[in-house]
Amino acid sequence: MSSTELRSKAAQIRMDLLRMIHGAKTGHTGGSLSNTDILTALYYKIMTIDPARPKWQERDRFIASKGHSVESLWCILADRGFFPKEELATFSQFGTRLIGHPNNKVPGIEMNTGALGHGLAISVGMALAAKKDARASRVFCLMGDGEQAEGSVWEAAMAGAHYKLDNLVGIIDRNRLQISGSTEEVMGLEPLEEKWAAFGWHVVSIDGNDIDALVEAFEAAPAIAGKPTLVMANTVKGKGVSFAENVPHWHHHVPSDEELAKALAELEAVISSYTQEGQVQ
Amino acid sequence: MANKIPNRQVICETLVTLAQEDKDIMVLASDSRGSAAMAPFANAYPEQFVEVGIAEQNIVGISAGLAHSGKKPFVTSPACFLSMRSIEQIKVDVAYSGTNVKLVGISGGVSYGALGMSHHSVQDIAVARAIPGLAIILPADRHETKRMTEALVQHEGGVYVRIGRNPVEDSYESDDYEFVIGKAVTMREGTDITIIATGETVRIALDAQAELAEAGVSARVLNMHTIKPLDEEAIVCAAQETGGIITVEEHSIHGGLGAAVAEVVVQQHPVPMRILGIPDEPAIAGKTSEVFEHYGISSSNIKAIALGMLGK
Repeated sequence: MSSTELRSKAAQIRMDLLRMIHGAKTGHTGGSLSNTDILTALYYKIMTIDPARPKWQERDRFIASKGHSVESLWCILADRGFFPKEELATFSQFGTRLIGHPNNKVPGIEMNTGALGHGLAISVGMALAAKKDARASRVFCLMGDGEQAEGSVWEAAMAGAHYKLDNLVGIIDRNRLQISGSTEEVMGLEPLEEKWAAFGWHVVSIDGNDIDALVEAFEAAPAIAGKPTLVMANTVKGKGVSFAENVPHWHHHVPSDEELAKALAELEAVISSYTQEGQVQ
Repeated sequence: MANKIPNRQVICETLVTLAQEDKDIMVLASDSRGSAAMAPFANAYPEQFVEVGIAEQNIVGISAGLAHSGKKPFVTSPACFLSMRSIEQIKVDVAYSGTNVKLVGISGGVSYGALGMSHHSVQDIAVARAIPGLAIILPADRHETKRMTEALVQHEGGVYVRIGRNPVEDSYESDDYEFVIGKAVTMREGTDITIIATGETVRIALDAQAELAEAGVSARVLNMHTIKPLDEEAIVCAAQETGGIITVEEHSIHGGLGAAVAEVVVQQHPVPMRILGIPDEPAIAGKTSEVFEHYGISSSNIKAIALGMLGK
Protein backbone atom coordinates (compact mmCIF):
# COMPACT_ATOMS: atom_id res chain seq x y z
CA MET A 1 0.00 0.00 0.00
CA SER A 2 1.12 3.52 -0.76
CA SER A 3 1.36 6.17 1.90
CA THR A 4 -1.97 7.73 0.90
CA GLU A 5 -3.66 4.37 0.70
CA LEU A 6 -2.48 3.64 4.23
CA ARG A 7 -3.79 7.00 5.47
CA SER A 8 -7.10 6.38 3.79
CA LYS A 9 -7.22 2.88 5.28
CA ALA A 10 -6.58 4.26 8.77
CA ALA A 11 -9.52 6.66 8.36
CA GLN A 12 -11.73 3.78 7.22
CA ILE A 13 -10.68 1.69 10.24
CA ARG A 14 -11.54 4.63 12.50
CA MET A 15 -14.99 4.81 10.91
CA ASP A 16 -15.44 1.06 11.37
CA LEU A 17 -14.46 1.11 15.03
CA LEU A 18 -16.64 4.11 15.82
CA ARG A 19 -19.64 2.40 14.20
CA MET A 20 -18.82 -0.80 16.09
CA ILE A 21 -18.49 0.92 19.47
CA HIS A 22 -21.64 2.96 18.83
CA GLY A 23 -23.55 -0.20 17.96
CA ALA A 24 -22.28 -2.10 20.98
CA LYS A 25 -22.72 0.92 23.27
CA THR A 26 -19.35 0.12 24.87
CA GLY A 27 -15.67 0.35 24.03
CA HIS A 28 -12.33 2.03 24.60
CA THR A 29 -12.68 4.74 21.99
CA GLY A 30 -9.80 7.13 22.74
CA GLY A 31 -6.99 4.58 22.86
CA SER A 32 -8.21 2.74 19.79
CA LEU A 33 -8.26 5.97 17.79
CA SER A 34 -4.74 6.82 18.98
CA ASN A 35 -3.28 3.43 18.00
CA THR A 36 -5.08 3.02 14.67
CA ASP A 37 -2.19 4.43 12.63
CA ILE A 38 0.30 2.13 14.38
CA LEU A 39 -1.82 -0.95 13.67
CA THR A 40 -2.53 0.15 10.10
CA ALA A 41 1.19 0.48 9.38
CA LEU A 42 1.86 -2.96 10.90
CA TYR A 43 -1.02 -4.90 9.36
CA TYR A 44 -1.06 -3.37 5.86
CA LYS A 45 2.63 -2.67 5.28
CA ILE A 46 5.09 -4.11 7.75
CA MET A 47 4.18 -7.52 9.13
CA THR A 48 4.60 -10.77 7.27
CA ILE A 49 1.25 -12.47 7.86
CA ASP A 50 -1.17 -14.65 5.96
CA PRO A 51 -4.84 -14.40 6.98
CA ALA A 52 -5.45 -17.80 5.36
CA ARG A 53 -2.80 -19.36 7.62
CA PRO A 54 -3.01 -17.53 10.95
CA LYS A 55 -0.74 -20.11 12.65
CA TRP A 56 1.92 -20.13 9.92
CA GLN A 57 5.15 -20.55 11.87
CA GLU A 58 7.18 -18.06 9.79
CA ARG A 59 4.73 -15.20 10.45
CA ASP A 60 5.53 -12.06 12.39
CA ARG A 61 3.77 -11.79 15.72
CA PHE A 62 1.80 -8.89 17.15
CA ILE A 63 0.97 -8.71 20.85
CA ALA A 64 -1.49 -6.08 22.05
CA SER A 65 -0.20 -5.62 25.57
CA LYS A 66 -2.56 -2.66 25.96
CA GLY A 67 -5.37 -5.09 25.31
CA HIS A 68 -8.16 -2.69 26.22
CA SER A 69 -7.91 -0.82 22.94
CA VAL A 70 -8.67 -3.91 20.90
CA GLU A 71 -11.40 -2.24 18.84
CA SER A 72 -9.06 -1.01 16.11
CA LEU A 73 -7.49 -4.48 16.02
CA TRP A 74 -10.85 -6.25 15.60
CA CYS A 75 -11.70 -3.94 12.69
CA ILE A 76 -8.31 -4.49 11.06
CA LEU A 77 -8.35 -8.29 11.46
CA ALA A 78 -11.82 -8.38 9.91
CA ASP A 79 -10.72 -6.07 7.09
CA ARG A 80 -7.67 -8.25 6.42
CA GLY A 81 -9.93 -11.29 6.20
CA PHE A 82 -9.10 -13.18 9.40
CA PHE A 83 -12.85 -13.42 10.08
CA PRO A 84 -16.03 -12.12 8.41
CA LYS A 85 -16.65 -8.41 8.74
CA GLU A 86 -20.28 -9.03 9.72
CA GLU A 87 -19.01 -10.46 13.01
CA LEU A 88 -17.96 -6.94 14.10
CA ALA A 89 -21.66 -6.39 14.89
CA THR A 90 -21.32 -8.92 17.73
CA PHE A 91 -18.61 -6.87 19.50
CA SER A 92 -19.09 -7.05 23.29
CA GLN A 93 -22.44 -8.79 22.95
CA PHE A 94 -23.38 -11.83 25.04
CA GLY A 95 -21.33 -14.90 24.12
CA THR A 96 -19.28 -13.18 21.42
CA ARG A 97 -15.69 -14.01 20.50
CA LEU A 98 -15.07 -10.31 19.94
CA ILE A 99 -14.84 -9.32 23.57
CA GLY A 100 -13.34 -6.13 24.91
CA HIS A 101 -9.83 -7.57 24.98
CA PRO A 102 -7.76 -9.75 22.61
CA ASN A 103 -9.04 -13.31 22.62
CA ASN A 104 -7.09 -16.08 20.92
CA LYS A 105 -10.24 -17.93 19.96
CA VAL A 106 -10.27 -15.40 17.12
CA PRO A 107 -7.90 -16.11 14.19
CA GLY A 108 -5.10 -13.56 14.11
CA ILE A 109 -4.91 -13.11 17.87
CA GLU A 110 -1.81 -14.76 19.30
CA MET A 111 -2.42 -14.51 23.04
CA ASN A 112 -5.08 -13.39 25.44
CA THR A 113 -4.15 -10.06 26.96
CA GLY A 114 -5.93 -7.45 28.98
CA ALA A 115 -4.08 -7.48 32.28
CA LEU A 116 -1.46 -4.77 31.78
CA GLY A 117 2.26 -5.44 31.92
CA HIS A 118 2.09 -8.96 30.45
CA GLY A 119 2.67 -8.47 26.74
CA LEU A 120 6.35 -7.65 26.62
CA ALA A 121 7.43 -10.76 28.58
CA ILE A 122 5.36 -12.92 26.23
CA SER A 123 6.95 -11.12 23.29
CA VAL A 124 10.42 -11.75 24.73
CA GLY A 125 9.60 -15.47 24.86
CA MET A 126 8.40 -15.43 21.26
CA ALA A 127 11.44 -13.51 20.03
CA LEU A 128 13.72 -15.86 21.96
CA ALA A 129 12.03 -18.89 20.37
CA ALA A 130 12.46 -17.36 16.90
CA LYS A 131 16.17 -16.84 17.56
CA LYS A 132 16.61 -20.39 18.83
CA ASP A 133 14.83 -21.81 15.79
CA ALA A 134 16.64 -19.42 13.42
CA ARG A 135 13.35 -18.08 12.09
CA ALA A 136 13.14 -14.59 10.60
CA SER A 137 9.94 -13.81 12.52
CA ARG A 138 9.78 -10.45 14.23
CA VAL A 139 7.65 -9.69 17.26
CA PHE A 140 5.84 -6.36 17.66
CA CYS A 141 4.48 -5.52 21.10
CA LEU A 142 2.19 -2.53 21.57
CA MET A 143 2.11 -1.09 25.07
CA GLY A 144 0.24 1.79 26.59
CA ASP A 145 2.05 4.64 28.28
CA GLY A 146 0.00 4.29 31.47
CA GLU A 147 1.03 0.62 31.36
CA GLN A 148 4.65 1.65 31.90
CA ALA A 149 3.85 1.93 35.62
CA GLU A 150 3.64 -1.88 35.79
CA GLY A 151 6.92 -3.26 37.14
CA SER A 152 6.65 -6.36 34.99
CA VAL A 153 7.23 -4.20 31.88
CA TRP A 154 10.72 -3.47 33.15
CA GLU A 155 11.47 -7.08 34.02
CA ALA A 156 10.78 -7.92 30.39
CA ALA A 157 12.70 -4.87 29.15
CA MET A 158 15.75 -6.15 31.03
CA ALA A 159 15.39 -9.63 29.53
CA GLY A 160 14.91 -8.30 25.97
CA ALA A 161 18.20 -6.45 26.15
CA HIS A 162 19.99 -9.25 28.03
CA TYR A 163 19.13 -11.74 25.29
CA LYS A 164 19.98 -9.21 22.53
CA LEU A 165 16.59 -9.64 20.89
CA ASP A 166 16.92 -7.46 17.82
CA ASN A 167 13.88 -9.23 16.34
CA LEU A 168 11.74 -7.59 19.02
CA VAL A 169 10.07 -4.20 18.56
CA GLY A 170 8.34 -2.58 21.51
CA ILE A 171 5.94 0.23 20.72
CA ILE A 172 4.54 2.68 23.22
CA ASP A 173 1.30 4.43 22.32
CA ARG A 174 2.44 7.65 24.01
CA ASN A 175 -0.84 9.55 24.05
CA ARG A 176 -0.11 10.96 27.53
CA LEU A 177 -3.56 10.23 28.90
CA GLN A 178 -4.78 7.42 31.10
CA ILE A 179 -8.15 6.86 32.66
CA SER A 180 -7.61 9.21 35.60
CA GLY A 181 -5.98 11.98 33.60
CA SER A 182 -2.48 12.88 32.43
CA THR A 183 0.16 10.17 32.74
CA GLU A 184 2.54 12.68 34.27
CA GLU A 185 0.02 13.55 36.97
CA VAL A 186 -1.01 9.97 37.73
CA MET A 187 2.53 8.53 37.83
CA GLY A 188 5.28 10.48 36.15
CA LEU A 189 7.05 8.53 33.40
CA GLU A 190 9.49 11.05 32.01
CA PRO A 191 12.21 10.86 30.95
CA LEU A 192 10.70 7.74 29.38
CA GLU A 193 12.95 7.48 26.33
CA GLU A 194 16.04 7.73 28.50
CA LYS A 195 14.71 4.96 30.73
CA TRP A 196 14.32 2.57 27.81
CA ALA A 197 17.73 3.52 26.46
CA ALA A 198 19.21 2.90 29.91
CA PHE A 199 17.65 -0.56 29.85
CA GLY A 200 19.63 -1.30 26.69
CA TRP A 201 17.06 -0.64 23.99
CA HIS A 202 17.53 1.32 20.79
CA VAL A 203 14.93 4.07 21.09
CA VAL A 204 13.26 5.83 18.17
CA SER A 205 10.87 8.68 18.87
CA ILE A 206 8.34 9.60 16.21
CA ASP A 207 4.93 11.09 15.54
CA GLY A 208 2.85 7.98 16.14
CA ASN A 209 -0.03 9.23 14.04
CA ASP A 210 2.24 9.72 11.02
CA ILE A 211 2.03 6.57 8.91
CA ASP A 212 5.19 7.37 6.96
CA ALA A 213 7.18 7.84 10.16
CA LEU A 214 5.79 4.60 11.58
CA VAL A 215 6.61 2.62 8.44
CA GLU A 216 10.11 4.06 8.37
CA ALA A 217 10.72 3.25 12.04
CA PHE A 218 9.42 -0.32 11.74
CA GLU A 219 11.29 -0.99 8.51
CA ALA A 220 14.51 0.24 10.06
CA ALA A 221 14.34 -2.15 13.00
CA PRO A 222 16.73 -3.46 14.07
CA ALA A 223 18.77 -0.34 13.46
CA ILE A 224 21.42 -1.78 15.76
CA ALA A 225 22.24 -5.50 15.68
CA GLY A 226 21.84 -7.15 19.06
CA LYS A 227 19.49 -4.52 20.46
CA PRO A 228 15.72 -4.58 20.69
CA THR A 229 14.01 -1.47 19.33
CA LEU A 230 11.58 0.71 21.23
CA VAL A 231 9.40 2.94 19.07
CA MET A 232 8.09 5.83 21.12
CA ALA A 233 4.96 6.59 19.13
CA ASN A 234 3.84 10.03 20.25
CA THR A 235 0.15 9.96 19.53
CA VAL A 236 -3.01 11.90 20.26
CA LYS A 237 -5.69 10.13 22.22
CA GLY A 238 -8.92 10.25 20.22
CA LYS A 239 -6.94 11.01 17.04
CA GLY A 240 -8.96 11.63 13.90
CA VAL A 241 -12.09 12.86 15.62
CA SER A 242 -11.60 16.57 16.33
CA PHE A 243 -13.81 16.81 19.38
CA ALA A 244 -12.41 13.62 20.96
CA GLU A 245 -8.74 14.51 20.63
CA ASN A 246 -6.95 14.86 23.97
CA VAL A 247 -10.19 14.63 25.92
CA PRO A 248 -9.73 12.17 28.81
CA HIS A 249 -13.35 11.04 29.06
CA TRP A 250 -13.18 9.65 25.52
CA HIS A 251 -11.03 6.83 27.08
CA HIS A 252 -14.19 4.77 27.03
CA HIS A 253 -16.85 7.23 25.96
CA VAL A 254 -19.38 5.86 23.51
CA PRO A 255 -20.30 8.36 20.79
CA SER A 256 -23.92 9.51 20.69
CA ASP A 257 -25.83 9.38 17.39
CA GLU A 258 -24.94 12.99 16.76
CA GLU A 259 -21.28 12.56 17.70
CA LEU A 260 -21.03 9.49 15.49
CA ALA A 261 -22.47 11.31 12.49
CA LYS A 262 -20.11 14.22 12.99
CA ALA A 263 -17.07 11.96 13.45
CA LEU A 264 -17.93 9.88 10.37
CA ALA A 265 -18.33 13.05 8.34
CA GLU A 266 -14.88 14.23 9.40
CA LEU A 267 -13.29 10.90 8.50
CA GLU A 268 -15.23 10.68 5.24
CA ALA A 269 -13.84 14.08 4.33
CA VAL A 270 -10.31 12.81 4.98
CA ILE A 271 -10.85 9.81 2.71
CA SER A 272 -12.44 11.85 -0.07
CA SER A 273 -9.65 14.41 0.08
CA TYR A 274 -7.20 11.63 -0.81
CA THR A 275 -9.54 10.32 -3.49
CA GLN A 276 -10.07 13.78 -5.01
CA GLU A 277 -6.32 14.22 -5.17
CA GLY A 278 -6.42 11.16 -7.40
CA GLN A 279 -4.07 9.34 -5.08
CA VAL A 280 -6.49 6.59 -4.24
CA GLN A 281 -8.43 4.85 -6.99
CA MET B 1 16.25 -42.31 55.96
CA ALA B 2 17.22 -44.55 53.12
CA ASN B 3 16.52 -42.29 50.16
CA LYS B 4 18.99 -39.45 49.64
CA ILE B 5 17.71 -38.17 46.29
CA PRO B 6 15.45 -35.11 46.38
CA ASN B 7 12.64 -34.90 43.84
CA ARG B 8 14.08 -31.76 42.22
CA GLN B 9 17.18 -33.76 41.29
CA VAL B 10 14.96 -36.44 39.77
CA ILE B 11 13.15 -33.87 37.63
CA CYS B 12 16.47 -32.55 36.38
CA GLU B 13 17.88 -36.01 35.61
CA THR B 14 14.69 -37.05 33.82
CA LEU B 15 14.64 -33.87 31.73
CA VAL B 16 18.32 -34.26 30.88
CA THR B 17 17.55 -37.74 29.55
CA LEU B 18 14.42 -36.68 27.62
CA ALA B 19 16.02 -33.54 26.17
CA GLN B 20 18.49 -35.68 24.24
CA GLU B 21 15.63 -36.64 21.95
CA ASP B 22 13.38 -33.61 22.36
CA LYS B 23 15.00 -30.30 21.51
CA ASP B 24 11.80 -28.41 22.33
CA ILE B 25 12.18 -29.10 26.05
CA MET B 26 13.41 -25.97 27.77
CA VAL B 27 14.16 -25.22 31.40
CA LEU B 28 13.83 -21.72 32.83
CA ALA B 29 15.18 -20.57 36.16
CA SER B 30 14.78 -17.43 38.24
CA ASP B 31 18.25 -17.41 39.77
CA SER B 32 17.15 -20.83 40.96
CA ARG B 33 19.23 -23.27 38.92
CA GLY B 34 21.01 -24.24 42.13
CA SER B 35 18.01 -24.45 44.42
CA ALA B 36 16.03 -26.26 41.72
CA ALA B 37 18.99 -28.60 41.12
CA MET B 38 18.85 -27.66 37.42
CA ALA B 39 22.55 -26.84 36.98
CA PRO B 40 23.21 -30.22 35.27
CA PHE B 41 20.52 -29.40 32.68
CA ALA B 42 21.92 -25.89 32.18
CA ASN B 43 25.38 -27.35 31.66
CA ALA B 44 24.23 -30.15 29.36
CA TYR B 45 21.92 -28.03 27.19
CA PRO B 46 22.82 -24.35 27.44
CA GLU B 47 20.73 -23.64 24.33
CA GLN B 48 17.66 -25.11 26.01
CA PHE B 49 18.16 -23.28 29.28
CA VAL B 50 17.01 -19.72 29.96
CA GLU B 51 18.01 -17.71 33.02
CA VAL B 52 15.49 -14.99 33.77
CA GLY B 53 16.87 -13.60 37.01
CA ILE B 54 14.80 -12.91 40.09
CA ALA B 55 11.62 -12.07 38.21
CA GLU B 56 8.77 -14.52 38.66
CA GLN B 57 6.23 -12.59 36.61
CA ASN B 58 8.71 -12.42 33.77
CA ILE B 59 9.62 -16.11 33.89
CA VAL B 60 5.98 -17.10 33.40
CA GLY B 61 5.36 -14.55 30.62
CA ILE B 62 8.52 -15.55 28.74
CA SER B 63 7.62 -19.22 29.12
CA ALA B 64 4.18 -18.54 27.67
CA GLY B 65 5.82 -16.85 24.68
CA LEU B 66 8.18 -19.80 24.21
CA ALA B 67 5.33 -22.30 24.50
CA HIS B 68 3.29 -20.31 21.99
CA SER B 69 6.14 -20.88 19.53
CA GLY B 70 6.16 -24.65 20.07
CA LYS B 71 8.66 -24.99 22.91
CA LYS B 72 7.98 -27.10 26.01
CA PRO B 73 9.08 -24.84 28.84
CA PHE B 74 9.59 -26.10 32.39
CA VAL B 75 9.68 -23.19 34.80
CA THR B 76 11.62 -24.02 37.97
CA SER B 77 11.22 -21.47 40.71
CA PRO B 78 10.48 -21.48 44.44
CA ALA B 79 6.83 -22.49 44.89
CA CYS B 80 6.09 -19.61 47.25
CA PHE B 81 6.96 -16.97 44.63
CA LEU B 82 6.03 -18.87 41.49
CA SER B 83 2.51 -19.58 42.72
CA MET B 84 1.69 -16.15 44.15
CA ARG B 85 3.96 -13.45 42.70
CA SER B 86 3.11 -14.48 39.18
CA ILE B 87 -0.41 -15.77 39.65
CA GLU B 88 -1.89 -13.30 37.19
CA GLN B 89 0.55 -14.41 34.50
CA ILE B 90 -0.39 -18.00 35.31
CA LYS B 91 -4.07 -17.14 34.99
CA VAL B 92 -3.87 -15.10 31.78
CA ASP B 93 -0.71 -16.12 29.91
CA VAL B 94 -0.79 -19.83 30.76
CA ALA B 95 -4.33 -20.96 31.60
CA TYR B 96 -6.50 -18.47 29.70
CA SER B 97 -4.25 -18.35 26.67
CA GLY B 98 -3.89 -22.15 26.68
CA THR B 99 -0.11 -22.29 26.53
CA ASN B 100 1.84 -25.46 27.22
CA VAL B 101 3.82 -24.29 30.26
CA LYS B 102 4.91 -26.57 33.10
CA LEU B 103 5.29 -24.63 36.32
CA VAL B 104 7.44 -26.51 38.79
CA GLY B 105 7.27 -25.03 42.26
CA ILE B 106 10.30 -26.16 44.20
CA SER B 107 10.81 -26.13 47.96
CA GLY B 108 7.05 -26.10 48.44
CA GLY B 109 5.05 -26.52 51.62
CA VAL B 110 7.14 -25.80 54.71
CA SER B 111 10.38 -27.16 53.26
CA TYR B 112 12.06 -23.77 53.61
CA GLY B 113 11.57 -24.49 57.32
CA ALA B 114 13.01 -21.69 59.41
CA LEU B 115 12.72 -19.00 56.72
CA GLY B 116 9.18 -18.20 57.77
CA MET B 117 5.85 -17.48 56.15
CA SER B 118 7.31 -15.50 53.25
CA HIS B 119 9.06 -18.65 52.07
CA HIS B 120 6.51 -21.25 53.08
CA SER B 121 4.16 -22.21 50.31
CA VAL B 122 0.99 -23.56 51.89
CA GLN B 123 -1.57 -21.54 49.94
CA ASP B 124 -0.40 -22.51 46.45
CA ILE B 125 -2.83 -25.36 45.87
CA ALA B 126 -5.78 -23.22 46.90
CA VAL B 127 -4.75 -20.45 44.52
CA ALA B 128 -3.97 -22.78 41.63
CA ARG B 129 -7.22 -24.73 42.08
CA ALA B 130 -9.29 -21.64 41.38
CA ILE B 131 -7.81 -21.23 37.90
CA PRO B 132 -9.72 -23.08 35.19
CA GLY B 133 -7.64 -25.25 32.91
CA LEU B 134 -4.61 -25.52 35.17
CA ALA B 135 -3.68 -29.03 36.30
CA ILE B 136 -2.09 -29.48 39.74
CA ILE B 137 0.23 -32.36 40.59
CA LEU B 138 2.19 -33.25 43.73
CA PRO B 139 4.33 -36.34 43.29
CA ALA B 140 4.77 -38.62 46.30
CA ASP B 141 8.38 -39.70 45.96
CA ARG B 142 11.33 -39.96 43.58
CA HIS B 143 9.80 -42.80 41.58
CA GLU B 144 6.58 -40.91 41.02
CA THR B 145 8.50 -37.74 40.24
CA LYS B 146 10.28 -39.56 37.44
CA ARG B 147 7.08 -40.97 35.94
CA MET B 148 5.33 -37.62 36.37
CA THR B 149 8.11 -35.74 34.56
CA GLU B 150 7.88 -38.17 31.65
CA ALA B 151 4.12 -37.67 31.57
CA LEU B 152 4.46 -33.88 31.68
CA VAL B 153 6.63 -33.83 28.57
CA GLN B 154 3.88 -35.72 26.74
CA HIS B 155 1.02 -33.67 28.24
CA GLU B 156 -0.22 -30.61 26.37
CA GLY B 157 -1.41 -27.81 28.65
CA GLY B 158 -0.60 -25.77 31.71
CA VAL B 159 0.39 -27.66 34.85
CA TYR B 160 1.43 -26.53 38.31
CA VAL B 161 3.69 -29.05 40.04
CA ARG B 162 4.73 -28.75 43.66
CA ILE B 163 7.64 -30.58 45.17
CA GLY B 164 9.55 -30.19 48.41
CA ARG B 165 13.18 -29.42 48.98
CA ASN B 166 14.50 -32.45 50.79
CA PRO B 167 14.66 -36.16 49.96
CA VAL B 168 11.52 -38.04 51.00
CA GLU B 169 11.21 -41.66 51.99
CA ASP B 170 9.95 -43.82 49.14
CA SER B 171 6.28 -44.61 48.89
CA TYR B 172 6.75 -46.84 45.86
CA GLU B 173 9.17 -49.74 45.62
CA SER B 174 10.06 -48.77 42.05
CA ASP B 175 8.89 -46.62 39.18
CA ASP B 176 7.36 -49.67 37.50
CA TYR B 177 3.73 -48.56 37.65
CA GLU B 178 1.36 -46.57 35.51
CA PHE B 179 1.22 -42.84 36.25
CA VAL B 180 -1.79 -41.18 34.69
CA ILE B 181 -2.46 -37.48 35.24
CA GLY B 182 -5.84 -37.18 36.97
CA LYS B 183 -5.98 -40.80 38.14
CA ALA B 184 -5.42 -41.54 41.83
CA VAL B 185 -3.28 -44.50 42.83
CA THR B 186 -4.67 -46.96 45.37
CA MET B 187 -1.55 -47.60 47.42
CA ARG B 188 -3.28 -49.97 49.86
CA GLU B 189 -6.69 -51.58 49.65
CA GLY B 190 -8.88 -51.23 52.74
CA THR B 191 -12.49 -51.43 53.87
CA ASP B 192 -12.90 -49.57 57.18
CA ILE B 193 -11.73 -46.05 56.33
CA THR B 194 -9.80 -44.19 53.59
CA ILE B 195 -6.77 -41.99 53.99
CA ILE B 196 -6.27 -39.69 51.02
CA ALA B 197 -2.87 -38.02 50.87
CA THR B 198 -0.93 -36.00 48.33
CA GLY B 199 2.72 -35.32 47.69
CA GLU B 200 5.17 -36.09 50.41
CA THR B 201 2.48 -36.87 52.97
CA VAL B 202 1.65 -40.10 51.11
CA ARG B 203 4.51 -41.76 53.00
CA ILE B 204 2.93 -40.68 56.31
CA ALA B 205 -0.43 -42.09 55.21
CA LEU B 206 1.19 -45.41 54.38
CA ASP B 207 2.84 -45.52 57.81
CA ALA B 208 -0.53 -44.77 59.41
CA GLN B 209 -2.11 -47.58 57.41
CA ALA B 210 0.47 -50.03 58.81
CA GLU B 211 -0.14 -48.84 62.37
CA LEU B 212 -3.90 -49.14 61.89
CA ALA B 213 -3.48 -52.64 60.51
CA GLU B 214 -1.73 -53.61 63.73
CA ALA B 215 -4.76 -52.24 65.59
CA GLY B 216 -7.06 -54.36 63.45
CA VAL B 217 -8.30 -51.55 61.20
CA SER B 218 -8.30 -51.96 57.42
CA ALA B 219 -7.45 -48.55 55.95
CA ARG B 220 -7.43 -47.75 52.26
CA VAL B 221 -4.72 -45.33 51.12
CA LEU B 222 -5.22 -43.21 48.04
CA ASN B 223 -2.35 -41.23 46.56
CA MET B 224 -4.10 -38.21 45.07
CA HIS B 225 -1.06 -37.00 43.12
CA THR B 226 -3.30 -34.95 40.83
CA ILE B 227 -5.46 -32.49 42.70
CA LYS B 228 -6.86 -31.08 39.49
CA PRO B 229 -8.40 -32.65 37.52
CA LEU B 230 -9.50 -34.54 40.62
CA ASP B 231 -10.23 -38.27 40.49
CA GLU B 232 -13.81 -37.94 41.73
CA GLU B 233 -14.58 -41.56 40.97
CA ALA B 234 -11.92 -42.82 43.39
CA ILE B 235 -13.22 -40.47 46.09
CA VAL B 236 -16.87 -41.47 45.70
CA CYS B 237 -15.86 -45.11 45.60
CA ALA B 238 -13.88 -44.66 48.84
CA ALA B 239 -16.81 -42.92 50.50
CA GLN B 240 -19.21 -45.67 49.47
CA GLU B 241 -16.95 -48.60 50.31
CA THR B 242 -15.20 -47.39 53.48
CA GLY B 243 -17.67 -44.88 54.94
CA GLY B 244 -15.14 -42.33 56.17
CA ILE B 245 -12.27 -40.24 54.80
CA ILE B 246 -9.21 -38.53 56.28
CA THR B 247 -7.20 -36.22 54.04
CA VAL B 248 -3.56 -35.33 54.67
CA GLU B 249 -1.57 -32.54 53.06
CA GLU B 250 1.32 -30.12 53.51
CA HIS B 251 -0.94 -27.16 52.84
CA SER B 252 -3.43 -24.88 54.54
CA ILE B 253 -6.64 -26.64 55.50
CA HIS B 254 -8.35 -23.99 53.37
CA GLY B 255 -8.63 -24.70 49.68
CA GLY B 256 -6.28 -27.65 49.33
CA LEU B 257 -6.69 -31.39 48.93
CA GLY B 258 -9.07 -31.68 51.87
CA ALA B 259 -11.33 -28.96 50.55
CA ALA B 260 -11.29 -30.49 47.07
CA VAL B 261 -12.20 -33.93 48.42
CA ALA B 262 -14.88 -32.46 50.69
CA GLU B 263 -16.54 -30.73 47.76
CA VAL B 264 -16.93 -34.09 46.07
CA VAL B 265 -17.96 -36.00 49.19
CA VAL B 266 -20.57 -33.53 50.38
CA GLN B 267 -22.21 -33.31 46.96
CA GLN B 268 -21.99 -36.91 45.85
CA HIS B 269 -21.81 -39.23 48.85
CA PRO B 270 -21.68 -37.54 52.27
CA VAL B 271 -19.65 -39.46 54.86
CA PRO B 272 -17.69 -38.33 57.94
CA MET B 273 -14.47 -36.56 56.96
CA ARG B 274 -11.43 -35.03 58.68
CA ILE B 275 -9.03 -32.61 57.02
CA LEU B 276 -5.47 -32.68 58.29
CA GLY B 277 -3.10 -29.90 57.25
CA ILE B 278 -1.71 -26.55 58.35
CA PRO B 279 -4.31 -24.55 60.33
CA ASP B 280 -5.24 -20.98 59.41
CA GLU B 281 -2.14 -19.35 60.84
CA PRO B 282 1.41 -18.53 59.73
CA ALA B 283 3.03 -21.96 59.97
CA ILE B 284 5.49 -22.36 62.81
CA ALA B 285 9.15 -22.29 61.73
CA GLY B 286 11.25 -25.41 61.93
CA LYS B 287 12.37 -28.49 60.06
CA THR B 288 9.59 -30.10 58.01
CA SER B 289 9.46 -33.05 60.41
CA GLU B 290 9.18 -30.70 63.39
CA VAL B 291 6.44 -28.64 61.76
CA PHE B 292 4.55 -31.79 60.82
CA GLU B 293 4.82 -33.10 64.36
CA HIS B 294 3.60 -29.78 65.74
CA TYR B 295 0.45 -29.88 63.62
CA GLY B 296 -0.17 -33.59 64.01
CA ILE B 297 0.65 -34.42 60.42
CA SER B 298 1.96 -37.77 61.60
CA SER B 299 1.11 -41.43 61.32
CA SER B 300 0.26 -41.67 65.01
CA ASN B 301 -2.19 -38.77 64.83
CA ILE B 302 -3.81 -40.12 61.67
CA LYS B 303 -4.20 -43.43 63.50
CA ALA B 304 -5.80 -41.65 66.48
CA ILE B 305 -8.17 -39.71 64.22
CA ALA B 306 -9.16 -42.90 62.39
CA LEU B 307 -9.82 -44.79 65.60
CA GLY B 308 -11.90 -41.86 66.84
CA MET B 309 -13.96 -41.77 63.67
CA LEU B 310 -14.54 -45.51 63.95
CA GLY B 311 -15.55 -45.20 67.61
CA LYS B 312 -12.66 -47.35 68.79
